[in-house]
Amino acid sequence: MSFFGLDCTRKKEGEVERKIRANDREYNLSFKYATNSIKTSKYNPFTFLPLNLFEQFQRIANAYFLFLLILQVIPAISSLSWFTTVVPLVLVLSVTAAKDAIDDINRHRSDRKVNNRKVNVLISGKLISEKWMNVQVGDIIKLENNQFVTADLLLLSSSEPLNLVYIETAELDGETNLKVKQALTVTGDMGENLEALAEFNGEVCCEPPNNRLDRFTGTLTFNSQKYSLDNERVLLRGCTLRNTDWCFGLVLFAGPETKLMQNCGKSTFKRTSIDRLMNVLVLFIFGLLALMCIILAVGNGIWENHAGSKFKAFLPREENTVFSAFLTFWSYIIILNTVVPISLYVSMEVIRLGNSYYINWDRTMYHAGSDTPAEARTTTLNEELGQIKYIFSDKTGTLTQNIMTFNKCSINGKSYGDVIDHYSGQSLEITEEMTPVDFSFNRLADPKFLFYDHSLVEGVKLELPDVHAFFRLLALCHTVMAEEKREGDLVYQAQSPDEGALVTAARNFGFVFRSRSPETVTIEEMGIQRTYELLAILDFNNVRKRMSVIVRNPEGKLSLYCKGADTIIYERLHPSCSEVMKVTTEHLNEFAGEGLRTLVLAYKDLDEEYFSEWKQRHHESSVALEDREEKLEKLYEEIEKDMMLIGATAVEDKLQDGVTQTLEQLAKAEIKIWVLTGDKQETAENIGYSCNLLREEMNEVFVVAANSPEEVRQELRDARLKMCPDTEQDKFLIPEIILGNTPKVVQDENVNGEYGLVINGHSLAFALESNMELEFLRTACICKTVICCRVTPLQKAQVVELVKKYKKAVTLAIGDGANDVSMIKAAHIGVGISGQEGMQAVLSSDFSFAQFRFLQRLLLVHGRWSYLRMCKFLRYFFYKNFTFTFVHFWYAFFCGFSAQTVYDEGYITLYNLVYTALPVLGMSLFDQDVNAGWSLEYPQLYVPGQLSQYFSKRAFMMCALHSWYSSLVLFFVPYAAIYDTARDNGKDGTDYQSFALITETCLTVTVCVQLGLDLSYWTVVNHLFVWGSLGMFFILTFTMYTDGLYRLRPSSFAFIGTARNCLNQPNVWLTVALTAILCVLPVVVYRFLSSQISPTINEKVRYKVCQMKEPAPRPRRTRLTRRSTRRSGYAFSHAHGYGDLMTSGRYLRRNALTCSTGLIPTGRSPGFKPTGRSAGYSPVGREQNPKQKVEPTSLQVFRAVKDSFF
Amino acid sequence: MKNEGKSAQRPDNTAFTQQRLPAWQPILSAGIVIPGFLIIGLAFIGIGIGLFLTSQTIQVQEMDYTGVEKDSPCFRCTIPSNLNCTCEVTFSLSTLFTGPVFFYYGLSNYYQNFRRYGVSKDYNQLTGDTRYFKSRSPEEDCSPYSYDSNNNPIVPCGAIANSIFNDTFELYQIINGTKKQVPLDGRGISWWTDYNIKYRNPSPVNGSLAKAFDGTVKPINWPRPAYELDLTDPNNNGFLNQDFLVWMRRAALPQFRKLYRRITDGDYAAGLPAGNYSLTVHYNYPVLSFDGRKKVVFSNVSWMGGKNNFLGLAYLVVGSLCVVMSVVMLVVYAKFKFSDDDDA
Repeated sequence: MSFFGLDCTRKKEGEVERKIRANDREYNLSFKYATNSIKTSKYNPFTFLPLNLFEQFQRIANAYFLFLLILQVIPAISSLSWFTTVVPLVLVLSVTAAKDAIDDINRHRSDRKVNNRKVNVLISGKLISEKWMNVQVGDIIKLENNQFVTADLLLLSSSEPLNLVYIETAELDGETNLKVKQALTVTGDMGENLEALAEFNGEVCCEPPNNRLDRFTGTLTFNSQKYSLDNERVLLRGCTLRNTDWCFGLVLFAGPETKLMQNCGKSTFKRTSIDRLMNVLVLFIFGLLALMCIILAVGNGIWENHAGSKFKAFLPREENTVFSAFLTFWSYIIILNTVVPISLYVSMEVIRLGNSYYINWDRTMYHAGSDTPAEARTTTLNEELGQIKYIFSDKTGTLTQNIMTFNKCSINGKSYGDVIDHYSGQSLEITEEMTPVDFSFNRLADPKFLFYDHSLVEGVKLELPDVHAFFRLLALCHTVMAEEKREGDLVYQAQSPDEGALVTAARNFGFVFRSRSPETVTIEEMGIQRTYELLAILDFNNVRKRMSVIVRNPEGKLSLYCKGADTIIYERLHPSCSEVMKVTTEHLNEFAGEGLRTLVLAYKDLDEEYFSEWKQRHHESSVALEDREEKLEKLYEEIEKDMMLIGATAVEDKLQDGVTQTLEQLAKAEIKIWVLTGDKQETAENIGYSCNLLREEMNEVFVVAANSPEEVRQELRDARLKMCPDTEQDKFLIPEIILGNTPKVVQDENVNGEYGLVINGHSLAFALESNMELEFLRTACICKTVICCRVTPLQKAQVVELVKKYKKAVTLAIGDGANDVSMIKAAHIGVGISGQEGMQAVLSSDFSFAQFRFLQRLLLVHGRWSYLRMCKFLRYFFYKNFTFTFVHFWYAFFCGFSAQTVYDEGYITLYNLVYTALPVLGMSLFDQDVNAGWSLEYPQLYVPGQLSQYFSKRAFMMCALHSWYSSLVLFFVPYAAIYDTARDNGKDGTDYQSFALITETCLTVTVCVQLGLDLSYWTVVNHLFVWGSLGMFFILTFTMYTDGLYRLRPSSFAFIGTARNCLNQPNVWLTVALTAILCVLPVVVYRFLSSQISPTINEKVRYKVCQMKEPAPRPRRTRLTRRSTRRSGYAFSHAHGYGDLMTSGRYLRRNALTCSTGLIPTGRSPGFKPTGRSAGYSPVGREQNPKQKVEPTSLQVFRAVKDSFF
Repeated sequence: MKNEGKSAQRPDNTAFTQQRLPAWQPILSAGIVIPGFLIIGLAFIGIGIGLFLTSQTIQVQEMDYTGVEKDSPCFRCTIPSNLNCTCEVTFSLSTLFTGPVFFYYGLSNYYQNFRRYGVSKDYNQLTGDTRYFKSRSPEEDCSPYSYDSNNNPIVPCGAIANSIFNDTFELYQIINGTKKQVPLDGRGISWWTDYNIKYRNPSPVNGSLAKAFDGTVKPINWPRPAYELDLTDPNNNGFLNQDFLVWMRRAALPQFRKLYRRITDGDYAAGLPAGNYSLTVHYNYPVLSFDGRKKVVFSNVSWMGGKNNFLGLAYLVVGSLCVVMSVVMLVVYAKFKFSDDDDA
């Protein structure tokens, strides 16, 4: 969201209270509040170089090379010319600087774009179009429909009745549904009157800037009256004005002080496990370097004492052997510096960047429907994608599309929705080819709505009273808002997709909900407009599990319409319905068996007198100060009884495409999938079954839904004992040596059979307590599938943290909504689905794409390749550098430990940069063991990554050993080959320069051959790189040793003629061939034998690929199996509170009712705010569910403090 | 192109972006590895035999004349006070030493590859650039042989030049008790590039090379200045003196040989005939202080250079290893060969 410039901000310290006077710039300026211009960029053209260099030298590797550079200018130590260090260092620095510069230019650009947006500001009575950056605190600005909110505003007035404005907070918290804000009446009265607004001199006194999106406190003093201000009155930067022609607002916080910008705390910097391993290895390498240098320094001391001291006749020098050894130590630090490869980090970044681009470029991860390609938002985590062990997935919008479709219904004992074959009487599978019902008779029908059972529309046309009652109920009993931009172009704003689906269904079947006002609901019944008087909304909450409306139809008849969970409604039905109930129950079972979400509909005609009396009591209760909730509930209970059953609806929570197949693939790759959802247990279980995470064939699915810590512990323990009876109490913890800071990890326990675990929110809260988390983790990790329902966003993060803490495993969290942000940030890898619910999840994610099914390609193909490539790269990189360096070590024993290099300085400079850089880079950008098709065909190929088999400390030691061997060969073979010999013309061929060149050639050829052996995928580019580099070695060598360059700088190009005189010797080439073969021989033998004796899965598949020689078959799709067992799930996914809004009388009394609530709680909630669907909390002050009251764990508190919103 | 608007973000469908570049995917299958090893093995054995036999044909006559042992002819020359000492080393050849015969001197325990020794020279000076005669490019390069005690610049400066090997030899064939001098050819014993490109004499001033060296002093150990290195041949002086060039090409290892002369002329063009020889050594170069050894070597060469048994033996060993390994791998392959119906 560079759009709003989310990276930022310096906090202004010390502001205790903010005082603003409207329309008084001078007064406000005296406080030096931030202006509305934002700056997310780090540098400007002048500060770029010093700042960037300063930052870069803070990195240990760069600082190390700077230190080397300093050593090199000391003559007594300098064993290498300065340029051997400077050239790579400058290259590395400039590559990084270029990358930083590009990033910063982009930030500048987006800053400029945001800062230059125009908004109307009221300046001395006139509206003037100003740039955003010139807006100041205390200004009054006018916003128009669909404009972004410029800064945090106090809402003054709006075009809508009751001074309401509708805003969309998608940019802020990811919710797409509208929210309502209301201005104070006193300011709202000013309306559009510019004079009044210009004279408005209210003084606001409010809290200092903070990052609490859901809270605002302050007072407005106007005309010597004090009004209290809360979050209801405030529009936050980042929101969009919707359905509101215009509104006026007073700027409270601007620019960096807005809540949006305050919220953009630096996201935690994620590192991959290879990075962490590298840190350890680099330390080890430093140790190795120090050790080698000490050995050589000691060697120098001894040599000076014995042989060297006598050699002084020809070379007078330092007398003190200790000092000489000391100097030697530093000289060798310089020479052997190549064991700590400076280009390693840069190369790793380049490789990751390249592999990230592959993800962005992948057409199979591009979703045509939404025109969204996959995006690697973090380019430094690729190889981690190949090591995922646990996936934490959100449900809604991730596994499911969050698209509810009205699929089936049962009206008065008749079931609709199945397409019945005329001949066999069997219901058919609904396919694309079938003709959907034609709704052309209804001009207001939603063309996107598809229904295949023609009998229902017949029923509507035949005016069957039951059918009409059914749809009338659907059109009246809801909290949806309609927006009609043009005649007939209806858009419903539903806070839950279920409701939207139901109202849309009614719309298509001829009962079109047109509009609502606080007192009325207007619907069009089969083309006839009718306005119902809305008398009461008996709102939904978690305990009631139903909602009702009481309406008076145009004819004056009073009715109560109710929809709710079957179990709840059934208890409140009139006994006369028992027949229908029986049939409907069958239908409900059938629907639920297909994974549909059901609601039962009922109605009741009301008696006028009774109602007015009830209404009176209702009014009394709703203003009661004590026990208001209980009293209201009793009243609701009283009126919602003896209802008549109309029927039931079945709404399909559509799975995303390919979810089942993807989950199956991931399971085959031994990735464990945990679903963490805010949904109810029934819904979650339903989805679990419908996407095959839970299966009928599973040995057992444990459900943990207990009310006390003891019970939870007992249930978890029972479950575990059932799975593995012989489990030992304490053996599951193994001491963890590697990570150091975590004391222990939980071992994997293996059991026979498949188990599932479903745990609900309350139990999870207990289970996540520090004294029970291990119990929970152990049990959960044995299970194949874990589903946590009713999970708050915070708990999602806690679960992830728990696994991260005790399992040495890489975790991935995938989600789409703002409530997944915490989990996405907590996991090693966060994946955002750029789907229905705004951008919040995507913005905090590391990778994003449009469809859940792309996850399998991301992990099994891109992740696996990235990991494989990175590991190959590291292994090879260490090999080539160690080999290169160790040769110096051996030579030290033959040159008096004098820090004489084996190679020419030009070669030392270019070895990593030119001669060996591209082939290994080519390998790590193009290598694939098997192609994408086969990768997907054999998900098991993913397993070695999870076990970190390709690069570990062991692999590193093997590399070092291999290098050690190779360096021995590379030094002693040329040594022996030139010992006491001569060139074929009898001249000197054993001089230092020839020896250097022979060793260089041997080394270059050997590492090239080794690379060729490692390379399993020779594309044109690889050929070009490998042969090109080899060719480059000879070309550059000959060039550097030419006469011309020598004449230019004799001291730098002293190797003149060596190449000519040396490389024409047959025995030189025989030496080269011998070393290369000798170095590679054991590797080939080892690889071949191990592939024969114990082939890895990788080798098996490659072998198979070789045999088949044909493209891998596309992974087959498995058909979803339907079950018959009943599982109930009712289609009510929203929280309590929306109904209040719909009735104006109550809305105006809202202050008294909901003074303590934050944002109007609707739909999905941002962050871990415990409202909304995700939690099932009631926002009405009191928590509906007492079980929820749990002391926060230390982690909870920690996180709450750390990132108090997201 | 047609769906420009709708799928503007759709990634390009190229083999590169979709990672479908055609590629050669070799694997280490038995069909390649085992025959490959066999072929390499046999080829190596072949080369090894060739190398070994060639190496055997090369004749080498090597004599240590340091004079450490009391009975050695040059023992008396090891006494430091004995200046301009000459000693005589005799040897006999039983067969014809086929020519061209190369005459090397060898030093051991001599660290020409010592870093500080190796950098102690000035290439700028040695290209004949007189600007560098008096001022040194990097001051410390030639130390401690930049200036003499009177602060006069030394040319050629540095430890390498200063330590030039200065023993000289005369070879005689003893025919019936009389000494017949074997002509030694000192021309063209250095690298062509060294003689023609790398080292240049300063341009003579008024036709005199010596004048070009005006204002400089000879290296401390040298008996004569650079322009008088070879009194017999005026063209063999200065930085282009062949012995100087050979010495300046410093050795890679602490034991080395350097070409002294070639025997290519006259009666000895075909080689040294069998018989007795006497080598007169003008013993000047002190090596005993650092336990060094001096030797002279007569050798001829083949296409593979001087005598060196290592390469031939190494090829034989590696070749045999390859063959053995191919057999081992064949056995293992036959035994473990994983079958296709494995559940891969």
